[in-house]
Amino acid sequence: MTTTTMSTSSSPALRMMRLRPRSAQERSKIRAAYMLLAPFLILFLCLIILPLGFTLYLSLYTEPLIGPVRFVGFDNYVRALTDPVFLAGLGRVLLILFVQVPIMMGLALLLALSVDSGRVRGAKAVRLLVFLPYAVPGVVAALMWGYIYGPDFGPVSQIGRALGFGSINLLAPENVLGSIMNIITWSFVGYNMIVFYAALRSIPPEVIEAADIDGAGAIRIAWSVKLPALRPAILLVTVFSIIGSFQVFAEPSLLQVLAPSSIDSGFTPNLYIYNLAFAFVNNNYAAAVSFLVGAIIVVIAYAVQLTSSRAARR
Amino acid sequence: MKSKHIPHRLLVAAALFTGFSVALTGCAGSSNGSETEASDRVSQAEIDKAMSTETTITYWANVPGLQEYVDRFEEKYPAITVNLEEVADRSVKLRTALDAGTGAPDVAQIDIQGVPSYIVNGDLLDLRPYGAEELGPDYVDWAFEQMKGAGGEVFALPWDSGPVGMLWREDLLAEAGIDGVPTTWEEFAADAETYKAETGQYLGVFGAETFNVLFWQKGLQPFSYDGAETVGIDVNSDEATAIGAYWQDLISRDLIATDPGFTDQWFQGLNTGKYASVFSAAWLPLFIQEPLADTVGKWSVTELPQWEGEAAASGNYGGSANAVLATSENPIPAYELVKFISHEQENAKSFAINQSLFPVLKSVLADADWSGKTDEFFGGQAINEVFAEISSTVDPDWQWLPFNDAFNTSLGDDVGSQVEVGGDIVAGLNAWQETLTSFALENGFTIR
Repeated sequence: MTTTTMSTSSSPALRMMRLRPRSAQERSKIRAAYMLLAPFLILFLCLIILPLGFTLYLSLYTEPLIGPVRFVGFDNYVRALTDPVFLAGLGRVLLILFVQVPIMMGLALLLALSVDSGRVRGAKAVRLLVFLPYAVPGVVAALMWGYIYGPDFGPVSQIGRALGFGSINLLAPENVLGSIMNIITWSFVGYNMIVFYAALRSIPPEVIEAADIDGAGAIRIAWSVKLPALRPAILLVTVFSIIGSFQVFAEPSLLQVLAPSSIDSGFTPNLYIYNLAFAFVNNNYAAAVSFLVGAIIVVIAYAVQLTSSRAARR
Repeated sequence: MKSKHIPHRLLVAAALFTGFSVALTGCAGSSNGSETEASDRVSQAEIDKAMSTETTITYWANVPGLQEYVDRFEEKYPAITVNLEEVADRSVKLRTALDAGTGAPDVAQIDIQGVPSYIVNGDLLDLRPYGAEELGPDYVDWAFEQMKGAGGEVFALPWDSGPVGMLWREDLLAEAGIDGVPTTWEEFAADAETYKAETGQYLGVFGAETFNVLFWQKGLQPFSYDGAETVGIDVNSDEATAIGAYWQDLISRDLIATDPGFTDQWFQGLNTGKYASVFSAAWLPLFIQEPLADTVGKWSVTELPQWEGEAAASGNYGGSANAVLATSENPIPAYELVKFISHEQENAKSFAINQSLFPVLKSVLADADWSGKTDEFFGGQAINEVFAEISSTVDPDWQWLPFNDAFNTSLGDDVGSQVEVGGDIVAGLNAWQETLTSFALENGFTIR
């Protein structure tokens, strides 16, 4: 998406326009604008800013079971940065980010391009079927896949045994992260495909025709014409996926019951935060970890956007 | 770049900031529970007055069919209205309400294992002024002891329990050539080997949560809490690690299954004969009747295998109690409800027969109607009698730690993660000792 210039209105004429006295009509327009914004601003303040502020406040204190509440400054943050459980969880979501996200995006791109090329029969049906998993609630998806992965009675194992491979335990400690990545890919590839497909639909057909006339095959068109046009959509999907990867919670939380030896209470940062607050009754440390994770997400997402817009300008 | 807008924005930011500070200072400081004084006895006149004054109290509990008991209480005391709320995730919601200072009920059902976790925060009301201490001898010793505080306060009345025995598929044992159920752990280990060799299936199934019961059975005291600020933690003592090593040996030789309990896998395993036995608290039969429909009549109940040369003993797993929250504004009707639900003979017997809540009242345990009830699922065995006998062998000196959720979660993380082929349970117990100790120290406890 092209960035609108917001900070470059340095022309003296524009500045003069802002400084000159307003007419009554203009003032009432400005008042109306604020009033229309007010409901959102109030909700934003109460549901986002205030809880964030309270969480920040909590993260600076500690409240032991015995003893008074104490101010500890950044101790909780320092502890988080040296906490092996937190760092292991962070490592896992980074693995999800660098392995699962490219695979899923590649798959979504491939599907969107194929469906858009017009060469796939029943494209509408394909789109619907691929999108269907996104409509399945996350909890249901995790439970369903938990059954499918079951070492004794899950279909995967049963097929494996029928084919002579023996029982495959997809929930074993060495396999469980891959299994979770599979669930996430299954759930979101349809959604991402639709985003790409919508972006592809908005490419002017003349451009495609021109490339066609020049003698480009379907694959060449996809590579040189469609992909560059998809750059904004790819950026959007990347940013959403970064945020989503860091927040993986439902799958490990639900699969933990089935595979307690594979998934501990700090398997991903969000699961760790949840258990810190509710199991280890440490709201303060949980608050610090959440802020830390939030900060990391913001930094990475911003970095991605920055690199992308720099690359776009080149 | 200066313009008229910047000072305006600064003002707004400053206003928000001061708003925060004011709001947040109001949240500073923990809410301490009300102090329970060893106050004088509440007089009968006061009780009568309170029970005839129009009051509404709230009760959080999850037991099917509880509403009819609550209705009977309301009939007995027409001036009192009870709002029974079946709250899912009760311990999380209770903790949140208590931390927030509002929204907590007057009476709540609390897991027996979790009672000290509420005592430590001063969340529960001492029931001695209302006459709770006199009810002590009516209950099995170990259950009533676990309701007590540092100064002898009675913080709850026990409601139901879960003495632990073993369920057996004797037909499967016979097929493997094993003559009779093993009565000692030594025999159990030998039989596990024979059973696997003969049938390729498992003699039993094991999960880390069973360690508490096994430690309890052995007469160990790995956990203690004095009701104030001192805890004792000793899960990696020689005897405890010996028990851990015993199960590690069986698991690493693939003689015992390690499927997590109450999962589809586990129910199917029981139903298809993958395991010939399973640890069972007294409440388990209720949960397995339906999923194990293919095996009706084939199960029997016995006490746990014992260590050679030691007296019969067992432990408890689960069970709940009713308590009055310290924040309650109607302690007298709340206590009367607790007494009605947890102590009234008729109700206790009805809970035992109709809701399958395993009784903690000696009178019900001795009741022939209840204990003589035969169960078709167990081939006509009077299982209540067996569990009642087991209940009398549960050591009354056992204590739990006052941070139950952290306890259970770290048990799963440290020990549960090692309960699988190739794990190291002894290392797990050492790690668990470390986790529990540092949690306790971090939270201001003194370690004995």
